Amino acid sequence: MPGEPAIEATGLTKSYGSVRVLTGVDLHVPRGSVFSLLGPNGAGKTTTVRILTTLTSPDSGSARVAGHDLVRDRARVRRSISLTGQDTALDELLSGAENLRMMGRLCRLSRGKAAARADELLAQFDLVEAGSRRVGTYSGGMRRRLDLAASLIVPPAVMFLDEPTTGLDPRSRAAMWTVITELTRSGVTIFLTTQYLEEADRLADRIALVDGGRIVAEGTAAQLKQQVSGHRLDLTLTGVAAFDGLAAFLGDRALLPDRDRLTLSVATDGSAGHVRALLDELDPARTAVARFAVHTATLDDVFLALTGHTTTAKEPAVV
Amino acid sequence: MSDLALRPASPLGDLGVMVRRATTLTIRNGDALLTSLALPIMLMLLFVYLFGGAINTGTEYVTYVVPGVIMLCASFGASLTAVAVTNDMTNGIMDRFRSMDVSGASVLGGHVAASTARNLVSTVLVLGVAFLIGFRPSASVVDWLAAVGLLLAAILALSWASAAVGLLAKTPEAASGFTFFVMFLPYPSSAFVPVETMPTWIHGFADNQPFTPMIESLRGFLLGTPVGNSPWIALAWCVGILVVSVLVTGRLFKRRTA
Repeated sequence: MPGEPAIEATGLTKSYGSVRVLTGVDLHVPRGSVFSLLGPNGAGKTTTVRILTTLTSPDSGSARVAGHDLVRDRARVRRSISLTGQDTALDELLSGAENLRMMGRLCRLSRGKAAARADELLAQFDLVEAGSRRVGTYSGGMRRRLDLAASLIVPPAVMFLDEPTTGLDPRSRAAMWTVITELTRSGVTIFLTTQYLEEADRLADRIALVDGGRIVAEGTAAQLKQQVSGHRLDLTLTGVAAFDGLAAFLGDRALLPDRDRLTLSVATDGSAGHVRALLDELDPARTAVARFAVHTATLDDVFLALTGHTTTAKEPAVV
Repeated sequence: MSDLALRPASPLGDLGVMVRRATTLTIRNGDALLTSLALPIMLMLLFVYLFGGAINTGTEYVTYVVPGVIMLCASFGASLTAVAVTNDMTNGIMDRFRSMDVSGASVLGGHVAASTARNLVSTVLVLGVAFLIGFRPSASVVDWLAAVGLLLAAILALSWASAAVGLLAKTPEAASGFTFFVMFLPYPSSAFVPVETMPTWIHGFADNQPFTPMIESLRGFLLGTPVGNSPWIALAWCVGILVVSVLVTGRLFKRRTA
């Protein structure tokens, strides 16, 4: 058991009607790690989470979560996980404390233990004052914190966080990141989905890029960034003629050409020598390049390189 | 970890928590509660004082109409279950409950129980006001028990049927449309006027729809008049609706959560 990964999935597929949402997802998540599924809306992130949390059955493929088979041992899986979805899954007409006590009772804690646990969690998530207020009056950030607290009544072996910060303002998002970072110290395995590169970069040990229902790349943030050249030289040219001349000269080497803005990029290792040599090679007469900048690869570049499009959002999308 | 593994499944305990939850939600949902308590009384006053003078039923009109109002109130009250269930399905809390290994049946059961309690309160209110405006039942203790039993069966059946509609509806707004339909159903029955006074083409429907035997039985029990086989027909309807609803909710629940 101890050596067994927290999540092990092979060949998960799922279709809704003629729409193939997952086309074969394999996952391997070691215990105690933070694993992030990163991808745009509609990539299949939520479906993957729903399958791994037993809410949806896969059409084919198999998976073990916390050492239990998803299909054969559904009840055991359910008792080993917690799920925080995109919606705030709480009763608005109940207070924060009442919601937590109810969840505690459903986790089969005694009345007294449920109340004590609710108080502890309210304190841990900085909701003591709000605890007696109805959830309907909470801000978005407070709801997410309470939602997270509700999924920790009985510490789970694996926590699923489905887009935990989508729709939050930057400050609440930063606060959620702090909370999640603290959770990782407790040794719980966290399976996180997000459409924000920065979020995956900051929180996750390993990241899987998902697009069109399959995983297109997986690794640490650093490994993924190495898949595209580490750095990029961004050039702004002096005119359309210069742009066209250079684009023709570079051919396939030209990255992200934009004729309207007169910009294009080339790969570089980022060293002064290489940048100097590149500029001499591309612009021997020193008339074509107006400005340049050296750009360090982001996950967005990786995504673009692998899928041909960017993740939809760096800033919160309207949900 | 250890207490996680040992935690036994406890459907009855879950149901208890869910009954409490649904009851609290009902009490705190001020608008809906006020509507479901006040509407039947308003309707009764409307029928007795505005329409009643023109309606000849052979008895004091308030005496005739009270059983109908009670059924109307039960059906309307039960239909609110649909809205509560749709809410749970759409706001993510059902997913959370399921991922905690709480069965969908106990969540629905909680709503049905709360609906039953709410309906009994509103029935008592209707009877109280009816008594104030001249309703004089002549029922024996056994009659009262029979009336309450039948009413409970009807509320239970209608509440489960509403839960099924709640699973079917995609939005709470759509679910609340169902309450309108259910409120309308008692009108073409013997609730407010005798069926014989309606056009003949509607007799077939009015005589054979579920509300008519329910209302006839209630009327018989409360006024001590002969009920014939109405109670058995009414009970058969209730059991039938209940069984079909439970089966349908089971199927729908699987499909909505597939």
